[in-house]
Amino acid sequence: MTLLDPELAGPVLARALRRGGDVAELYVEARHGFALSLDDERVERPQSGDEVGASVRLISGDAAYFGHVDGLREDDLLRIADSVAGALAAGDERASDDGIRLTAAHPSSRHPVETPPQEVDAARKADLLRACDATARAAGVAVSQVSAGYAEERRAVQVFNSDGLAAADDRTRVRLAVQVVARRGEVVETGSETRGGHGGLELLAEDAVRDVAADAARKALTMLDARAAPSGRMPVVVGNGFGGVLLHEAVGHGLEADAVQKNTSIYAGRLGERIAPALVTAYDDGSRTGAWGSDGIDDEGTPTQRTTIIEDGRLTSYLYDRVRARRDDVPSTGNGRRESFRDLPIPRMTNTFFAPGEGSPEALISDTQRGLYAVSFGGGQVDPATGDFVFGVSEGYLIEDGRVTAPVRGATLVGNGLEALRAIDGIADDLEIGTGYCGKDGQRVPAGVGQPHVRLRELTVGGTAA
Amino acid sequence: MSADLEAVASVGVNAALAAGATDAEAFVEQGVEREIRVYEGAVESLTDAARRGIGVRAFADGRAGYAYGTDIGDAGIEEVARAARAAAEVADEDPYVGLPDETGATEVAPLRSPEIGEWTTERKVDLAIAAERAARAHAGVGQVEQVVYADADGSRALASSRGFSGSFETSAAWAYASALAGDGADRMTGIGLGIGRGPEDLDPEQIGGEAATRALAQVGARPVASRRCPVVLDPFVAASFVGFIGAMLSADAVQRGRSLFADREGDEIAGEPLRLADDGTAREGPATAPFDGEGCPRRRVPLIDGGRLVGFLYDSRTARRAGRATTASAERPSYRSPPAVGTSNLVIEPGPAPLEDLVARAADGLYVMGVVGLHSGVNPVSGTFSVGATGRLIERGELADPVREVTIASDLVSMLRSVQAVGSEARWVPFGGSVHAAPMLLGEMAVSGL
Repeated sequence: MTLLDPELAGPVLARALRRGGDVAELYVEARHGFALSLDDERVERPQSGDEVGASVRLISGDAAYFGHVDGLREDDLLRIADSVAGALAAGDERASDDGIRLTAAHPSSRHPVETPPQEVDAARKADLLRACDATARAAGVAVSQVSAGYAEERRAVQVFNSDGLAAADDRTRVRLAVQVVARRGEVVETGSETRGGHGGLELLAEDAVRDVAADAARKALTMLDARAAPSGRMPVVVGNGFGGVLLHEAVGHGLEADAVQKNTSIYAGRLGERIAPALVTAYDDGSRTGAWGSDGIDDEGTPTQRTTIIEDGRLTSYLYDRVRARRDDVPSTGNGRRESFRDLPIPRMTNTFFAPGEGSPEALISDTQRGLYAVSFGGGQVDPATGDFVFGVSEGYLIEDGRVTAPVRGATLVGNGLEALRAIDGIADDLEIGTGYCGKDGQRVPAGVGQPHVRLRELTVGGTAA
Repeated sequence: MSADLEAVASVGVNAALAAGATDAEAFVEQGVEREIRVYEGAVESLTDAARRGIGVRAFADGRAGYAYGTDIGDAGIEEVARAARAAAEVADEDPYVGLPDETGATEVAPLRSPEIGEWTTERKVDLAIAAERAARAHAGVGQVEQVVYADADGSRALASSRGFSGSFETSAAWAYASALAGDGADRMTGIGLGIGRGPEDLDPEQIGGEAATRALAQVGARPVASRRCPVVLDPFVAASFVGFIGAMLSADAVQRGRSLFADREGDEIAGEPLRLADDGTAREGPATAPFDGEGCPRRRVPLIDGGRLVGFLYDSRTARRAGRATTASAERPSYRSPPAVGTSNLVIEPGPAPLEDLVARAADGLYVMGVVGLHSGVNPVSGTFSVGATGRLIERGELADPVREVTIASDLVSMLRSVQAVGSEARWVPFGGSVHAAPMLLGEMAVSGL
C-alpha cells in the first residue's frame, strides 16, 4: 500500500522551504479504526472510522511551523506548504525546484500481525466481549455489572523530509478492556484489566480474553472486603506490569527532552549522575516485539530503538525527537511521536520499564515487616517541575509480618520522583508490560508501562483510616 | 457556508437510507484552527489546520451503528454510510435506540466572533507574547514555561431522516500561560487562562498576571500535619469536582448503575447554598449551541437547587427508557464520535459573598488551589476520593503559608453535603468540561500530610 508518491512529496517540501527554514517534513497517514463495547449484557456502540490526511512541518531555528489537512489532494498539500512557508517571518524567495530527491516509501509492518483484525468478522469481536461478560459474571454472585470494550486500529504512515528521508510504517494494534463492578450491600467496588499490543487478533485469543475478565472480576470482588487504608510513611511494594506507571509518570516524563531543555524537569543537567541505587536499570524500548508502545519507526521516520535511561543507578539518556536532538547535538532516540497527522511530533515514551532483577516477588514481600502492597493504580499525575507525584492505588493490600493480608481502599502514594527512585531497595524478576494511554500537550498515544515487582524502602501513603 | 454543509449532511442521510437503514442522521463539521506556542519572546510552534469530516448514525431493526470519515465527497460519504449500516448489524437489539421524536433549534446569541477572521497571525502571536511578558513582569517569576494561544472557527450541520436540518457557525479562542516561581525543589507552577469566542475576548495582562500570581502564592510550599478542617476550593478546583458530579448526573450513568445519584431525585444531596444547572444556551458558554447532537433544542436544565437533586441529563434514548423528555443533552465533541449524554455548560450559581469572606468563615483550614490525580483518584462508583493538593493554609480567617504534598480525601456525596457557601467570583473554566465556576467553602475534609 502506497499512500503518497515521492514525485509529489518532493515538490511539497520544496514549496515549504521556499522562503527559508532548516528542514521541511511531510507526514502522511491513513488510519482505519473499529471499536465495539458491551455494557449491561448488551453489545453496543459499533463504530468504524477512516481518516486520511497529511501535515507539513517547517523547522527554522528553534521554531516549528505546521499545517495539516484532511485528505491527500495535491492542491491541499501545496496550499499547506505555502501556508507554513508564509509563516516564516522574512526570507528571500527561493527557486521552488531545487531538487529534493526522495525514494518511494512503502508502509510495511515491523511487528508480526498474524490475524489482521480487519479481516475478521465483526461478529467474532462481539463474541469476545460476550465471553468477557460471561466469565466475569461467573466469578462471583457479587458481580453486579460488567462492561468491556474492544478496539482495533491500523495506521499506515509515510514520512518524507528535505534531508532526503523517506520512511514508512504499517501499524496494527488491538486492545481489550474489561471493567467489573461488584456490590455487597452498600459496598461497591470496581476492578479493571486490559490486554493488547502491537499485533493482530492473535493477541486476544480466547484464553487470554478469559484471563482478562477473570482478573478484573477478582479485583472487584477482593476489594469488597477492603478496609480503610493506613496513612503515614511506610515501605511500599509496587506490583508488576501496570505498577510501572510510577516510573512512567515520576521519572519518564522528566526525561523527555522538551522538558529537560526548558529546564522544567528535575532531571535536567543530571546526565551521568547517580540518581538511584545501583540495582536500578531502566529502558525505553520502542522496538520491543509486539509491545503496545512499539512501532517500526517513530513519527519522524527514525527507527525505534532500546534506550537505556538508567544504568546501574546512573542517569544515562534523555528521550529525543529530531528537533530536540539537534539542539543537544545528539542523534534522535526514536521518541518523536504524534497522535495523528493533526499533531506536531514531540518527545514521548514508547514502552518504559525497569529491567528485571533476580529475586522473586514473594521474597520482596516476605522481607517487609509492615507496609503497603500496591498492586495496581487507577492512574497518576506528576508535576514535572518538582517531580511531585500522586497515585491512586486501585488494588492494594496491607503487608504484615512479611505476608500480604487485608485489602485496603482509598490509598494514595504521595511523593517525589527522585526520592522514590532513591528509595528503591528491591527489584524482582517478573517483568510485565501493560497497555496504557499517555496524554501530553493534548495528544494521546499508546504507551507501554511496565516493571517487575519493585520495593520502595519508604514512601508517604495517604489513606483514609483515622 | 453552513447551508452547504446541510446539503452534505443530507447526502449522508440519503446514502444511509439507500444502504438499507430505516432511519439515519449525519453530522458534518468543517473549520480552520490555529495554535501558537511562544517561549522566551519567540514563536516556538505555529499550527494552521483545516478540518472537515462526516459522521453517520444508521438505525435498523432496533440497532444503531456509527461510522465517520474525512472524505466529504459523494463517494466518501457513501462509504461512510455503508460502514455505519454494516456496523449496526453487530449491535444487540435495543428497544430504546432511535432518532428523537421532537427536534428544533433554540435562538442563541451569536456564537461566532465577528473579529476572529480579521485578526492576523502576527496579532495573535503578539497577544501570546504579551501574556508571557505580563507573567515575567512579576518579581520572582523565573521562567514562563509556555504560553499557548489557540482558536477555532467553523461550521457544523446536522440532518436526519425525520426531517431535521440545521447548522450554525461557531468560534472559540483561548490562551493559557504556565509560570514557574521559586528555585530548585521550591519551584512551583502557576496557570493563568482566558477563554472567549474570539481573540478580542482575551486579556493578556490578566492571563500572564494570573499565572504569575498563582505560582508566587505557592513558593516555599511545605507539607503540613494531617488534620480535619474546613476547605475552600478555588474556582479551578471547584470546576474539576463539579465536572465529575455533572458526569454522574447523566441519565446514562444512572441507568447503567454507575451513578451515586441514581434513585436520589428529589433528595437533599448538597448543602443549601449549592445551585447547579446545565445550560446549553448560556450567553458566553463555550459549549452553547442552538441544538444538541441529535437536533433537539438546547435549554437550561436545573440539576441541583437549594441543595436538592432536581433532575438528570437525558438524550433521546435515555429519555425514552426513563419515560421522560430529552433535555437536549446529546453531546458530540467531534464528527469522530456518536452523540452521547453529557454536560454542555455546567453553571454553578455564584453566591453573595466574596472569596475573602469564605476564607474568613473557614477560620482555620486549607485553601485548595490545585489538585492532581483527580481522574485516577475518584472512584466513579463509590465516589470516594483521595487526591494530591496544593494551596495555602488558612489561619485565623486569613490565607497563610503555602502547602504542597498533602492529600485531601472524602467522598463526593459527603463533599456536596458539606458545601456551606459559594463565592461570588464566577468565571468560565475549561476544567471538568465547560464550567462556570465559583469558589466554594466546604465544612470539613480529611487532609493528610506529615
